[in-house]
Formats: sequence, C-alpha cells, structure tokens
Amino acid sequence: MTKFLDFTLNGISTGAVYAAVALALVLIWRATRVVNFAQGAMLMITTFIASAVITKTGSYAVGFVVALLAGLLFGAVVERVLIRPVEGAPPLNAVIVTLGLYTLLLAVAGMIWGTTPRAFPAAFSLRGYRVGGTTLLFGPNDTFIVAVVVGVAILLALLFRGTALGLQMRAAAFNPEVARLLGTRVGRMFTLGWALAAAAGSLAGVLVAPSVFLGPNNFDPILISGFVAAVLGGLDSPPGAVVGGIVLGLALSYVSGYEGSALAPLAALVILLLVLMVRPGGLFSAAKGREV
Amino acid sequence: MSSRAAHAPRLRLRPPAVGGHTLLRSLAVVVLAAVILLALTEAVSDYRNSQIAAGAYYFAVLAGLTVLAGHGGRISLGHGALMAVGAYTAMLLIEREGWALAPALAAGTAAAAVVGIPLGIAATRLQGPYLAGATLAFAVGLPALGDRFPSLFGGENGLSVNPPTAPSWLGANFSLFRWEAWIACLGALIVLFVLYNFLHSGAGRSLRATRDDPIAAALCGLRVRRVQTVAFVLSAASAGLGGALLGAVVQQLATPSAFELTLSLYLLAGVVIGGLGSLWGAIWGAALLVLLPNWSNDLANSFSLSTNVKNNLPLAIYGAVLIAIMLVWPSGIQGAIRTLLGGLRRRLGWRAGPAAAPASPDPRR
Repeated sequence: MTKFLDFTLNGISTGAVYAAVALALVLIWRATRVVNFAQGAMLMITTFIASAVITKTGSYAVGFVVALLAGLLFGAVVERVLIRPVEGAPPLNAVIVTLGLYTLLLAVAGMIWGTTPRAFPAAFSLRGYRVGGTTLLFGPNDTFIVAVVVGVAILLALLFRGTALGLQMRAAAFNPEVARLLGTRVGRMFTLGWALAAAAGSLAGVLVAPSVFLGPNNFDPILISGFVAAVLGGLDSPPGAVVGGIVLGLALSYVSGYEGSALAPLAALVILLLVLMVRPGGLFSAAKGREV
Repeated sequence: MSSRAAHAPRLRLRPPAVGGHTLLRSLAVVVLAAVILLALTEAVSDYRNSQIAAGAYYFAVLAGLTVLAGHGGRISLGHGALMAVGAYTAMLLIEREGWALAPALAAGTAAAAVVGIPLGIAATRLQGPYLAGATLAFAVGLPALGDRFPSLFGGENGLSVNPPTAPSWLGANFSLFRWEAWIACLGALIVLFVLYNFLHSGAGRSLRATRDDPIAAALCGLRVRRVQTVAFVLSAASAGLGGALLGAVVQQLATPSAFELTLSLYLLAGVVIGGLGSLWGAIWGAALLVLLPNWSNDLANSFSLSTNVKNNLPLAIYGAVLIAIMLVWPSGIQGAIRTLLGGLRRRLGWRAGPAAAPASPDPRR
C-alpha cells in the first residue's frame, strides 16, 4: 500500500512537470498553430543560464526569476526572428524550423557548457516526508513543484478568461483576420503567446533539472512526455494540458514502478492511442463538426 | 484559420498522365536511372559507393514519406521506427533462420507494411498534430521493445549480419561496396517504379482529392479512409525496405539507438527540405541527409578549435542549414529548382509543353 502511495505521489510530481511543458506547447499551438519541437532545447538553455546565475549569486530565487525572464525574451525573439518569416508558408515549414533550432541549440549548449551532465540545486529538500515510520517518495521540493505548476496554470487561466489582453490573445488565435479588423495587434499577440510559452517551459526546466541533471540532451524525454501529455489533453486546451500531464505522470509512474521503466514509453504509446481512438481531438477537445 | 490548420501543403503537381503511358514512362525513368547509377558506381571510389548506398535507402524512405505527407496530407514522425521494423525483421530472418537476402528484404518490407495497417487506420481518424503525437509515441515506444526482449533483439548491441557476397561472375576483385550500392539502388528503383505509378494512377488522384477536400471526395464516392490507409501502408512498406537495406545490406548492423526519434525527425526534415510531394525532392532530401553531416564534419575538422566546439560544430551547421533552407526556399530545393527552370524557360521564350511538366501552372489558380 505504501508502494502504491509512493507511486501516486511520485506520479503527481513528475506529472506536474509534464504539465508545465505541455502548457508551453499548448500556448504556442494556440497562438501560431506550430508544434514547437525546439521547446526542450529552449528550456535547456534557460536552465543553463539559471545555473550560471545561481553559481554566481548563490541565490536560488534570483536564478529562478532570471530563468523565467530569459524564457520570456527567448520565446519572443524566436517568434519574431524565425517563425514570423515562415508564417505564410506550408505549416510543416515552421515545424522544420523548430527542428533546426532544436539541433542548433543542442550544439550551442554543447559548445559552451560541454556534454557532461551537471548537478542543479533544488529549491527545497529532496528528502521525502516522514509519515509514521516510513519515508515517502514525496518531499518539500515535490510540494514546491506541484504548487508552482498549479499556480501558473491558475494565473494563465485568469489571464485568458479574465483580462482584455487574454481575450485579444484568444481572438488572435481563433481568427487572425477578424481580430486584426477589430483592432487587435495580432502579431504582438503571437509574440506574447510564444514568450509566455517559453517562460512556462523554462519553469519546467528549472523544476525538473535537480532530478534529471543539467545537460544538453537531458530534457529530451521531458519534451516527448510533455508533447504526449498535450496531445492527450487536447492541444487547444490549457486545462487539458495540466490534466494530460498529471494523468500521464501517474500512468508512467505506475507502469515503471510495477513493471520496470523500460516499458514506460510503450505504455505512453498505448495510452495515447486508446485516448485518441475514442476522442481524436484529445480529452478536452471542443465539440466539432464531424470530418470524414 | 482552417487553412493554417490543414496539413495540405500547396503544391504544384504534375497534371495526371492521361492514357496508358504511365507504365512505359516509369519504365523509361527507371531504366535511365539504372544506367546512370551503373555508370556512377563504376566511376567513383569505395567511399562514394557507400554514400550512394546510403542515399539509396534514404531515398526509398523519403519517397514513401513524401507520398504520404505531400499527396496524402498526413505527417508521420514514426517512419524511423518503421525502418527499424524492416531492418530487424530482415536481419532476424537472415541470422536466425538462414534466409537468403532477397526474400529477407521482401519480408522486412512486408513486416513494415503490416505494422503500417493499424497505424494507417489510426492515422485516418487523426488530424495534423494529433497524428504527429501518435506517430511520435510510436517512434519512441517501439525501440523500447528492443531493450525489453534482449535475447530476441540483441538489446543495446542490436543485431549484426555478414556482409552480402557479390556473385562470382562479377569477378573476384569486385568491390563489396559497389555490390552493396547496387543492391540498395535496386531497392530504391523498385520503390521509385511503384510510387511513380501509384501517384500517376487513379489511386494517386484519389489520394490528392482526399487531401484537398475529404468531404467532397467522399461525396464523389471515394472511400476516403481506405485510400488514406493504402497510402500509409505503401509509405510504411517503403520505409521498411529502406530500413532492411540499411540493416541487412549497407551497415550490416541494427541497434535500437540507430532508430531513435531523431531519425524520424530528420527523415521528415529531408522530405520537406527536398520539396514536399515530389519524387525529385526525395532525391535532394536523401542527398542532403547523406552529404550534409559529412560536409559539416569536414568543415569542423578543417579549423583548429577546442574539443567542445569541434564536436558540436557539425550539429550546429546541420541545424542552421535546416533553418536557412526553410527561410530562403519555403517550398524546398525542388521548389527552388522549379522556379529557376521556369524563369530560364520564360527568358528563352520556350513554351511549357506537356513534356516540360515541372513548370506547368497550378490548376487551382
């Protein structure tokens, strides 16, 4: 029973990280209809920056904030410089551009910081809580991860549902032409969407780095799980991203806990196929006219 | 919005061949290509022959993928895993069952096609990124099987086979690399022949119709899902043959790490950069996938740089080239060549006749 509790708690905390990456992908998909394969590499770069800042200043909080700001800036620059020029081209072109960016960033990180993974400090103790005589697989740092991700999801929901800016962003994503006619600066909304997404991604990077270590390739599995979580929840739905992330985190935690971690990728495939066969647009897809 | 969400690329397609000349024309193309390849493999070194062999199996995969993505409007991030299916099937049959090369290659192709059936059926239900997600999960999940059953699939070390032996009538000194290049090119030519005829047949036109407007296609009596599934299976079979050629003929080695997600991603990049939807584009894409890593390696080694920079420079060049081509030539290399040829033709005052199909105007304009 403790085992089951451990796997559940562990699943929730890894699921929260998947949810943050999924949020990043969903925000970009909503804004510009691009699946951003470079997201894993972008959050890797901002996490390296955070690591450098933490080493220099000795303060985790400063590094955390710098990572988020770097993410905001990075996302905006990528959208302006690389994605805007391919906007009118076939949709696959933007995907290939993000793929190229992924490769490029991987190489740049390897040039600057080398390919040997290094440790990254955690915000709070990684040691699990002690309940009765047993130590749980869930500690203060996991609480921090879950709280931060849930907080960010709520903030984003408030932004999209409750502010004029959020309404404009939704309008620009839903119908750019009409939104432009009504006075929305559509281009700016796209840039803002990318900036917010990259910030959410860098958040995930800082949160997960203590457990996966910091290296150019160490975040690839997180991106893949985040993408699967985003598709699971429905790419148009931020709440779907959070639910998809938690569901996937739990499922993978149970499978690797009881059956061994080698089966986890296969389990992700089976879960995804099952969900997509029943709901081809993900769990949280809006009702849509039937396509052939 | 729907136009951005749809994954139907804007393509300039050749007008469909009218009458029964497609078969003859495709035969002529294949024979011409075979003659060129024979001469080429005769003329170049062993090293270049191994590159030609690699280009040939990449061509087989990219041609299948370009049919699926360009003409079917469905993207797949799982073709690397389908290559793994072909490679492992062929190599297991050769190593454990003692099969001859040709039937083993055919079996690898068939195995990938069989795996492609459920994938293709799933693919018809899914749109754009959801399909990308499902096939991506497939690409990540399948190599895990190799680790799960190490006694059958050889685990991390994978499988290896003996190199194919050239028949004795070619002479004792016949280069092994050249023989491998011949086999791989034969496979690529078979794929070219089949796909050329498919694209220029009624089935190919049906496929394009289901891509452009599935509802209208269904109203015209086309079985949309069946057409799309057939395209996926055909594409999977091409990938399986490409993988079998890679494993059993060219590298004689297949490991799980050779078929990871990055392979699938680079295959997709090769298709788009070559020029989506065009068999010519598959040639450019295959050439790029073979030559670019080499060029960037040579370039990186020609400077005296620190180890970290030198080791990562090829990767950086690769990424930068992917981005640059997409920014400069949005319709890929083949699209750029078409524009160039069209400009030349207009300058010279040639009329674009049916033989000069690449410059034919888009019928949808």
